[in-house]
This record gives sequence, structure tokens and C-alpha cells, in this order.
Amino acid sequence: MTVAIDRATGKRRGDRGPRPGPAARLRQSYQKHWYAYVMIAPVAVVLGVLVLYPLVYGLYLTLTDANSLNTARTIGVNHIDATYKFIGLDNYKDILFGPTSYDRFWSHFVWTIVWTALCVILHYSIGLGLALVLNQKLRGRTFYRLILILPWAVPTFVTVFGWRFMLADGGIINSALHALHLPAPQWLEDTFWQRFAAIMVNTWCGVPFMMVSLLGGLQSIDSSLYEAAEMDGANAWQRFRYVTLPGLRSVSSTVVLLGIIWTFNQFAVIFLLFGNTAPDAQILVTWAYYLGFGQQPRDFAQSAAYGILLLAILIVFTSFYRRWLNRNEQQLAI
Amino acid sequence: MSTTAVETSAAATEPEPGRKEPRALRRRGQRGLAASLASHGLLIAGSIVALFPVAWLVFLSLGPDKDDYLHPGGIWHKMTFSNYSFVLQHTNFFEWLKSSLIVSLGTTVLGVLVAATTGYAVSRMRFPGYRKFMWVLLVTQMFPVAVLMVPMYQILADLGLIDSYLGLILVYCSTAVPYCAWLLKGYFDTIPFEIDEAGRVDGLTPFGTFARLILPLAKPGLAVAAFYSFITAFGEVAFATTFMLDDQKYTLAVGLQSFISEHDAQRNLMAATAVLIAIPVSAFFYLVQKNLVAGLTAGGTKG
Repeated sequence: MTVAIDRATGKRRGDRGPRPGPAARLRQSYQKHWYAYVMIAPVAVVLGVLVLYPLVYGLYLTLTDANSLNTARTIGVNHIDATYKFIGLDNYKDILFGPTSYDRFWSHFVWTIVWTALCVILHYSIGLGLALVLNQKLRGRTFYRLILILPWAVPTFVTVFGWRFMLADGGIINSALHALHLPAPQWLEDTFWQRFAAIMVNTWCGVPFMMVSLLGGLQSIDSSLYEAAEMDGANAWQRFRYVTLPGLRSVSSTVVLLGIIWTFNQFAVIFLLFGNTAPDAQILVTWAYYLGFGQQPRDFAQSAAYGILLLAILIVFTSFYRRWLNRNEQQLAI
Repeated sequence: MSTTAVETSAAATEPEPGRKEPRALRRRGQRGLAASLASHGLLIAGSIVALFPVAWLVFLSLGPDKDDYLHPGGIWHKMTFSNYSFVLQHTNFFEWLKSSLIVSLGTTVLGVLVAATTGYAVSRMRFPGYRKFMWVLLVTQMFPVAVLMVPMYQILADLGLIDSYLGLILVYCSTAVPYCAWLLKGYFDTIPFEIDEAGRVDGLTPFGTFARLILPLAKPGLAVAAFYSFITAFGEVAFATTFMLDDQKYTLAVGLQSFISEHDAQRNLMAATAVLIAIPVSAFFYLVQKNLVAGLTAGGTKG
């Protein structure tokens, strides 16, 4: 027989008498859990004030035609009241199906998906490759490791500017390509090369995190498993496929999810690399920012609607991902 | 598995049956010279790619002229620290540094303090609504900046908190607090329940247990949460760019952008400022990085 014991109070939960009425149950629940609620109260308040209220307010704004010309504002001593009005779901309809919706939403949507997929694949494969090499007994391993995490150590807003100098028209990369008699692309002007450059810079920034996490995962795999695999005659590829990859499963699932969320929401790289000069290389996040703050008049309602759509995409994706991840397990990991 | 019995017996004496060249038996984990060279080659190539953009930035920062990045060969002959002295003496560098530190430290302190109790509650108690609450914490971490930016801007404008440190700290807390709570839960899970029980037997309330026993034991976890909040707040671009209007109150992330305007690009000064920012931050990062990595993945892997 197992008796569940609440881990904080030590009260038994297994053997209870006849089921009490709702009021009594509520009281009992309150008596048993009040300290838990008290402890989460600060966060609940913070989340309520800082996340939930803005979220609801933002949701309301998406149902209006608010922009910087009709919201409440104060110029000098004059206060101008808000004059925007409720227009229902028109913003969403306009974004998803309106005229030129392909140029405004769907092209960015497709590019965001491509961007996320390519970046995460590159992060993961390069990170795993470097982690595998670093996991061997090598001279100077610590030294390599310290250099390889440099892109993570320096803040992104600093390194992106370094890349901007390198990618600029007469910058070092084009000079080198020119010296090798290769064509020198317009990294910061041509759409295709802008996208190429964005993926390159983001890959450079994101690999160290993957590498270090996967290295931690590799080191936690029991070496006796490799010995057993060798005794059974597994070659290097089979050892990798049947010992290393399954051993990395839990770390991989976490870092890939984090990587997807971070890349999908990646603001700094694209914003700082191009500013407002590259409308076609903007992913949805930076595009929403451009709509709300990068142009005049600022279109608050559409920008907020993009935000809500982005969040919806992420939530749907994450729940499918978790379900897929937990398909073999009885209890959900989260 | 489709390996045959013949291969199996061969592999027992030969670790890598794929290799063809005749050689002496090696112990496990030893590799040939070629494999070792290949590994080193790969790592050296990776290191060069990782190092070069940063090294290039440092190199450019030594050139005195703003167009030196176009003909870097000339920098060798006129290397100077004049950019650094100019940035330190004639720009708002120290104001920006002050803003960055105020905002990042404020976020860190507030975030960790508020999140600690919650991390403990969700780690130790299974109260009704537990699942939903964890889900809310998880979802909050993946908010794109675009979701909260517009409403936050409106709300802060109403409260008169645009262009104030407090406003930015509050905005950052909206991501730092749920993240810290999530991370600290992972850490509290590793502290044995027996310690709570011992505290209870000695007559402590749940709050007493938390404050007197668990918090001191959780110092490494609290440190990781603090580091992470600090580094994220320090490097944040979007909110800082939008919400800080006065160039005395820019954070470093915004101040750095201000060197390049539509009319003028003072790239040499910008490079020098970038290096000045990068050195202390990366030094700090290298000090804490081991803990950071362990903490980042812990919250996700443990239920």
C-alpha cells in the first residue's frame, strides 16, 4: 500500500473518510494548501500585473484601430484623449486575408519558418559536431572550449556590429572574396544575401550554447555503455546512433525547444544588422516591431495583432512538440 | 541488429573494424595520428571562426579614422588608443554604463526575490492548479517581444514611466520572474525532501523551512538565476531602444546604436565602445558560465 504524503507538511492523503460537501472541501483545500498559495502569491501578482494585464490590454488593442495619431497622448501641457474605436476582428482579417496580405504577412511567415528551421538545424548539427570532437581526450581541450564559447560570452548587440563592419561593402569579407576572384555579394542590400547573412550571423551566435549543453549531455552518458557496445561489435557509427543519440535525448529535446523559441523570437540580430533598411529580410517579430515603432504613424493595433498571432503559433507548436516528445511516457514531463 | 557473428568476434579484438591500415592494437579511447590531427584541425578552424569577428572589432577599434574599416591595412601604421580616450572622456559612456547597471541589477534583485518563494512552492507542494501554473510559467518565457511591447508602451505612457529606469525594470521582470521561478524549481528539486522533514520535526513552519534551511542551501541556484537575469537584461535591445528616449538614460545596447545615425557613422568610436563593453561582460560570463549551462538545462529536463 502506498500512502501519499504531502512533502511539505507530512500529512497523509491516502486514507480519508467519506467525501465531504463542496464547501467543506473548499475549506479543507484551503487549510491544506494555503501556504502554497501564499508562496506563489508574489509571482502571481507580478505575472498578473506585468504579463496578464498587458496581454489582455494588447488583445483589446488588436480589436481596435489604434495608432499613434488616435491614442491618448500628452503634448506639452495639452492632453489629447484617445479616439480609436472598436473594429472587431478586422485587423486579423486584414493581416491574414486582406489585399497584399502575402507581402505583409505570409512572405514574412514563410521566411520566419525557414529562418527558424535552418538556424536551429545549423546550431544543433554544428554544436553536436564540435561537442563530439571536444568530448575526446585532446590536448588543449579546455583552451578550445573557452575560445569556442566566445560568441556567447560577448553580448549579441556588440558582436552584430562587428559583423556589420565585416559584411559592409568594402569590408573584410568582400575584400577577401575579391582577392580570391570570387563574386562579392551585396551582403547588406540584396535580399537573398541579407537573409544569408542573417542566418550566418545568428548561427555564429547560437552554436556555443548548443555545443556546451550537448557537451554536458555527452559527458553524462555512462562510458560502460560504450564498452558494452564495443564488445557487441558496434562500429563508430552504430555507437553514435544507438548509444550517443538516445543518451542525448533529454538534453536535445530541451535545447532544441529553447533554440526554436529563441530563434523564432530573435530580435537583436536582424534588427541591429539591417535596421529598417531590409523589409524583405524581416522575420515576423522584427516586422511587428517595425509596424508598431519603426514607421510613422505607428500602427499599434496591427503590431499587437502580429504579436498575438506569433504567440499563438508558438503555443500551438510547443504543445504539439511536448505531446510528440512525451508520446512514449505515461506522465507528462512538464 | 543486423551485425553478424563473424564481425562480432572480430571486433572484440579490433575496436574499429572499419579501418584498413595494419597497426598495433590500441586501447579504448586512443586514436590514430590522422584522427587526432583532424580533430585539432576542426577545432582550430572553429576557434578561428569564433574568434575572428571579435578580434576584428578589437583591431578596428585601434584605427583613428572612421573609414579605416574599409582599408584595414593602414591601421598597422597608425595604431592608437585615441578612440578609447575619446569615448571615455567625451561621450555618455559612463551614463550608459550606469543605466545598464541600474536596470540589470534592479531586474536581477527583483526577479530573484519574487521568484524564489514560487520556485519552492512548485517544487515541494502539489496544490490544485499546479499544472496550469507551471504551464503559465512556461508560456510566459516564450512571449515574443512584439506581444507585450505595444500594450506595455501604452500602459507605461499612461503611468508616466516611459524613459524611466523603473519602467524598464518592470518590463524586464515580466520575462525574468517566470524564468527564475522555473529555473529555481529545478534547483529546489535537487535538495532532498528529508531536509524539509527535519525542519518540520524541529517545529518550523513551511515558511521557516524555506527561509532558514532551503534558501541557504540554494545559493548556487539563486546565483545562476541572478547571472542569467543580469546577462539577459544587460543585452536586451528591443524594449530599451523603444522605451528610453533621453540619451543620458540609454543603456549600453541603445547607446552603441547611436554612433551610427543616418548622417554620420563614427565606426571607430563605435568599435572602441563595443570593446569596452565586451571586456567586462565576457570576463563575467567566463566566470559564471559553467553554472549557467547546468542551470539552463536543469529546469527543462526535470519535471
